[in-house]
Amino acid sequence: MAISNNKLTNDQYSDNFSDIHPPFENKTAALVDANRCLFCYDAPCTKSCPTSINIPKFIKQISSDNIKGSAHTIFVSNIMGAGCSKVCPVEKLCEGACVYNLLEEEPIPIAKLQRYSTEQAMENKWKLFDRKPSRGKKVAIVGAGPAGLSCAHVLSREGIDVTIYEKEPKGGGLMTYGIAAYKVTPEFCEDEVNYIISIGGIEIKYNQTLGKDVSLEQLQNSYDAVYLGIGVGVARQLDIPGEEMEGVVDAIGFIYNLRANGFPSVPVGDKVAVIGMGMTAIDAATQAKRLGAKEVTLVYRRTEAEKPCTDVELDIAKLDGCKIIWLAAPAAIKGNENKVTQLICSKMKLGEPDASGRRSPVDTGETFTLDVDMVIKAAGQVPFMELVDQYRINNKNGRITIDNNATSVKGVFAGGDCVNGGKEVVDAVQAGKDGAAAILKYLFP
Amino acid sequence: MADISANFLGIKSPNPFWLASAPPTDKKYNVLRAFEAGWGGVVWKTLGSQVKNVSSRYSSVDFNGGRVMGFNNIELISDRPLDINLKEIAECVKLFPDRAMIVSLMADNDKESWHELIKKVEDTGAHGFELNFGCPHGMTERGMGAAVGQDPVIAKMVVEWVMEAATIPVITKLTPNVHSVVPTGQACVEAGTNALSLINTIQSVTGIDLDTFVPNPNVGGKSAFGGYCGPAVKPIALKMLTTIAQNPVTGKVPISGIGGISTWKDAVEFMLLGSTTVQVCTAAMKHGFRIVEDMIEGLNNWMDEKGFRTINDFIGKSVNTLTNWEDLDINYHIIARIDQDKCIHCGLCYIACEDTSHQSINLAYGKPYNTYSVKEEECVGCNLCKLVCPVENCITMEVHRKGEEYLNWKEFQRQGLPLNDH
Repeated sequence: MAISNNKLTNDQYSDNFSDIHPPFENKTAALVDANRCLFCYDAPCTKSCPTSINIPKFIKQISSDNIKGSAHTIFVSNIMGAGCSKVCPVEKLCEGACVYNLLEEEPIPIAKLQRYSTEQAMENKWKLFDRKPSRGKKVAIVGAGPAGLSCAHVLSREGIDVTIYEKEPKGGGLMTYGIAAYKVTPEFCEDEVNYIISIGGIEIKYNQTLGKDVSLEQLQNSYDAVYLGIGVGVARQLDIPGEEMEGVVDAIGFIYNLRANGFPSVPVGDKVAVIGMGMTAIDAATQAKRLGAKEVTLVYRRTEAEKPCTDVELDIAKLDGCKIIWLAAPAAIKGNENKVTQLICSKMKLGEPDASGRRSPVDTGETFTLDVDMVIKAAGQVPFMELVDQYRINNKNGRITIDNNATSVKGVFAGGDCVNGGKEVVDAVQAGKDGAAAILKYLFP
Repeated sequence: MADISANFLGIKSPNPFWLASAPPTDKKYNVLRAFEAGWGGVVWKTLGSQVKNVSSRYSSVDFNGGRVMGFNNIELISDRPLDINLKEIAECVKLFPDRAMIVSLMADNDKESWHELIKKVEDTGAHGFELNFGCPHGMTERGMGAAVGQDPVIAKMVVEWVMEAATIPVITKLTPNVHSVVPTGQACVEAGTNALSLINTIQSVTGIDLDTFVPNPNVGGKSAFGGYCGPAVKPIALKMLTTIAQNPVTGKVPISGIGGISTWKDAVEFMLLGSTTVQVCTAAMKHGFRIVEDMIEGLNNWMDEKGFRTINDFIGKSVNTLTNWEDLDINYHIIARIDQDKCIHCGLCYIACEDTSHQSINLAYGKPYNTYSVKEEECVGCNLCKLVCPVENCITMEVHRKGEEYLNWKEFQRQGLPLNDH
């Protein structure tokens, strides 16, 4: 057993990380599904989309050969509509609400149709938005993730000049650095960012970390308003013995690494345990397997009924051959010469409902041992508490508190994961739109 | 098992399904394949003056992804040499003596040409003629086809010429490119035609290519009005058929129904409105001759279910259910009902009624699913919601009579009853 990189050949890597949801092969295929859409009124799919994309309209526009119009319909509500078509958990959003489900029929493949239109827009670099004439105001946005980009695009359309400060060398945020590569490629994410800022009026300054390279005061002084879309930070610690050993990594870092540095460079164990059962846990487990781990086990302290990931995501993990252990909480990590060899788990049972409304896991006192050489922690991320405290921004355990998208600091707004603690990309896009609306109201009362 | 055989003026066929005069019936090869597939008869593609065809010839109208809802052609009558057609007709009659062989004719506009053509075709052993007074393109410019059918006087004259020479039954095929098919139909019956068939194709422009700006079908950058047929024309054909079936003169002769028939159900509808046989073209051109299998089985099963022994038991059964508007019962009133268990919350009934009808459907907001219910007092019973609802039997129309007695518009006016309450 050993952790090593370069476990596979290049062909194996590209097979393992090819698009999990391939696009329509051709126009005819897209039309078959587009024509199935009933064009619902006050459509349940639209109401289930956090950005309220007018889905029946964009599908109808595919049917009528108005792909440009279709892409505009999508982007006007969700400027990351191309990326969202690949990463949204649609089974619990638009497609989950499709009325065909009520007929026990396959729902309309909304994401695939959305990809069909948006991909053509990006490939052909269609200019679908014009900026209003400059209104002489400047806004700084911290973070070029979904919230920041979405906020920037709305502001730019309205004639505001936007500068984005991004701590990474690339934009896109967790879309670029935190999602399984078989859903979106880093190249796609880069194209998407470039397409969004092609409207003009948006400058991204890379490698600029708030609190290090630039301060909030500087931004407040140089701009008419500031928007914080800084996301969430480090992985939540397990706080168990052995956590510091070699072979224990956090899922966000693991995924960041393979997206930023390429598959062959990322070390992975032969026997890997992944702690958690959220979307990131699944992304980490499946990608560990696809990088060449022989055995991957997902360990979750509650049961399937309480899992945060969707059934579709769990199925991906199962199909990749990952094992699942329910009702198990990590208790200790054992090792040899500071290298992980075992994960000790407590057997749990379900107790009373907790604050989330889910039944909480209770330790039975029994334990079991997994032989592993790598542990990936995916038990959630912790907000940037120190940073927001440093700027005296009201927060709750690091999560920024907002009132109509405004923070407690005048002229400073916030949204996305840094406010909600970590939700979907599509939620962050909506937060960015809401933030932009609040900023416009603030700038032009 | 029901007996679905047809007897049309003594011309017998094992079923009432004939192929209409068109490309599928223009040569022995196709006709033998059709008979092998089970078709009861064919109307051989029109013989007559020599013609030359162009390329391309067809175009169509698609709807919501469905192909060929309507079909259009600018092809002319048979462009094969007459003697080859005659030889092949004779061979087909010999090989399938139990099938109906009707030959469509369109001679030059003089008596001698018609008489000569009739003589030659009768020698093949064919069972009947169908006079093509309907072709709407090409031939009309030469005074034939629809040019004959659109003028009752000319039509009558030609039928009289034909009846002088013909010794086998004559069917006259009517053009729909008139304000009413009845005058020509009547003239032809008075001139002695033994039967009528309808409709021929309807003049049309099916669409324009938005890149070239040339309508379809494109013949070297130009197009011409074509003849429209297929499922799209069925309702028009049924209406015209009804006027022929209800007319005291034309209603006396047998009718062969044509116009968008694709399934056994379509065929039954034509028969209920007075057709003894039906003719099919577009559906066969789209799917091949095999479609007749389901037509035969479907008709049989339906007749067994309804207890009809022969097709004569139901032919014409619906003719008298079509009446004048002013004879309809104003006291008959229906109200829509939405079955909440079946409703999938698509909102299509709501938006149709709200935007374009009588604002009779209530929307109770829900996320993501709204609830829709009928405001009974507002509903006029128009059927729109039921028509747009995608779920079978989710919206039903329930009878809530306004009064016990039958009350028509004439009586309503006579009594001076109040007008619209909406």
